[in-house]
Amino acid sequence: MPEIIVSKFFYNKEAAPLSYYKAHGGYEGLKKALGMTPGAIIAEMKKSNMRGRGGAGFPTGMKWGFIPKESKMPKYMVCNADESEPGTFKDRAIMTYSPHMLIEGMAIGSFAIGARVAYIYIRGEYVREAGILEKAIEEAYKAGILGEKVMGSDFKLDLYVHRGAGAYICGEETGLLNSLEGKRGEPRVKPPFPAIKGAFGGPTIVNNVETLAAVPAIILKGGEWFAGLGKFPNSGGTRLYCVSGHVNKPGLYEFACGAVTLRELIYDHCGGIRNGNKLKAVIPGGSSAPVLTANELDIALDIEPMMKAGTMLGSAGVIVIDETWSAVKAIKRITHFYAHESCGQCTPCREGCRWMEDVLHRILDGHGKMTDLDLLLNVAGNINGKTLCALGDAAAGPVISFVKKFRHEFEEMIRNETNALNGRLSAEQGKV
Amino acid sequence: MSKKILSEKFYKEIERIRPRYPTNQALLLPALHLAQKEQGWVSGEVMDEVAAAIDIPPPVVREVITFYTMYNLKPVGKHHLQVCTNISCALMGAEELLGHCEKKLGIKAGDTTRDRKFTITEVECLGACGTAPCIQVNDDYHENMTADKIDKLLSELS
Repeated sequence: MPEIIVSKFFYNKEAAPLSYYKAHGGYEGLKKALGMTPGAIIAEMKKSNMRGRGGAGFPTGMKWGFIPKESKMPKYMVCNADESEPGTFKDRAIMTYSPHMLIEGMAIGSFAIGARVAYIYIRGEYVREAGILEKAIEEAYKAGILGEKVMGSDFKLDLYVHRGAGAYICGEETGLLNSLEGKRGEPRVKPPFPAIKGAFGGPTIVNNVETLAAVPAIILKGGEWFAGLGKFPNSGGTRLYCVSGHVNKPGLYEFACGAVTLRELIYDHCGGIRNGNKLKAVIPGGSSAPVLTANELDIALDIEPMMKAGTMLGSAGVIVIDETWSAVKAIKRITHFYAHESCGQCTPCREGCRWMEDVLHRILDGHGKMTDLDLLLNVAGNINGKTLCALGDAAAGPVISFVKKFRHEFEEMIRNETNALNGRLSAEQGKV
Repeated sequence: MSKKILSEKFYKEIERIRPRYPTNQALLLPALHLAQKEQGWVSGEVMDEVAAAIDIPPPVVREVITFYTMYNLKPVGKHHLQVCTNISCALMGAEELLGHCEKKLGIKAGDTTRDRKFTITEVECLGACGTAPCIQVNDDYHENMTADKIDKLLSELS
């Protein structure tokens, strides 16, 4: 029986209210945590080998451990519910079906780091989900789970929902904190890291929704149990894989970390490629992850194996592209996104993303030159690693990988002066 | 300051959420959401009123509001069609769907119909990639969209 943690209540329309959650073991983790010392909770999180589910994969217990014990400034726990990495849609489901699981995880985290105020920063478009959270928080206050005396203890916690307003970069934790403070969501220079100086100048932990939702189970069943679920060292637990694109059964799949390969996920669980088509490419970790070809599917879905394969698991947004779609068109659409979302602070990203998009546009427009391919690699190389935050790398990596792995498609388009672009970039016209 | 545009309800709500934050400026995003909910968009006068309501300098409102895509800086139609064309939706035919909306309503993305009923905006990823393509109409998501479903939706909305 595969272990299911965060998707336990998915698609159950009755699962969101507090009564249901409590009747199914909810808030037992928090109850247990309140009887532990903060140090013991952090130790348990370290033992669990939980690595952040937002994309960077940083060990959660270690992150919590960075919070200074004594602080003149108030400490904050912030949930990153900005979920804006293209191809990622797991946090939305957690908030819809298990809002209390997230609240419980946040309460445990807040207790562990000594925060008295916590915020859920949710992307502005998730209006419905913000409403579900507000309702769940109200229930929790009424039941004495939040507020002056959390579950009858001396621990006081206030939890608020804060809505974003449309900006990919606010998923970057320091961009998020600026946005929470009512500023432009531009990432900050690090150090200082948020654990030292975060929201409103106080020590702050920013964790992804899925990360926090798994915390109650970790505390209840123990870090060792969670660590044991993972198939690779230093990466414990289960995670949600978000599959989109040309598979027969797109959706969310929860598996133990590394238990399933990309091939197994696509062919055994997602029913293979639509219309019996051949697979062309897979982006395994949200649009920021370098692309893999049909010959690179026997890779376990975990952080280290993906890194070894030259890509990343990121937010586990698996985007599947079949043979009917042009690789050039796919990377053009992805690059357009980064050019649109670049916050503009760092020149290499602000200018480079636009240049890459322009060159890709020219190729699709039938005016590409063979030298454009090296130009793309050159511009991407000059963005990579040269920006304050990861958006630059996120834009450059995919371009480099698409040009290297699908060079023949680019060359063919350039050679034939194919005009795959006539007015609007329509999918029909982009087909190969 | 001239006559107030925003309602009593707006001011009450600001006072209700004020204790949540240690700074005035942190109220800005929630205040702008509230203002837009009332007005449908955020005009220059409303920006100034928001600045006064939360006690921050007016230029700060302009500096911040222009960073975010969800605040409408010009009036939009009663039904704001926000069509995602990012990669997962594009793979499932979002660009044809956008074209379909444009043809059906006789406007291009970024425009509003003359009767002010519809605005079409091309947007980035909405986080509904497993049920692509997705269109957000005002606050509501419409997933697994097809041209037929759009026709049905538009006839229900108008």
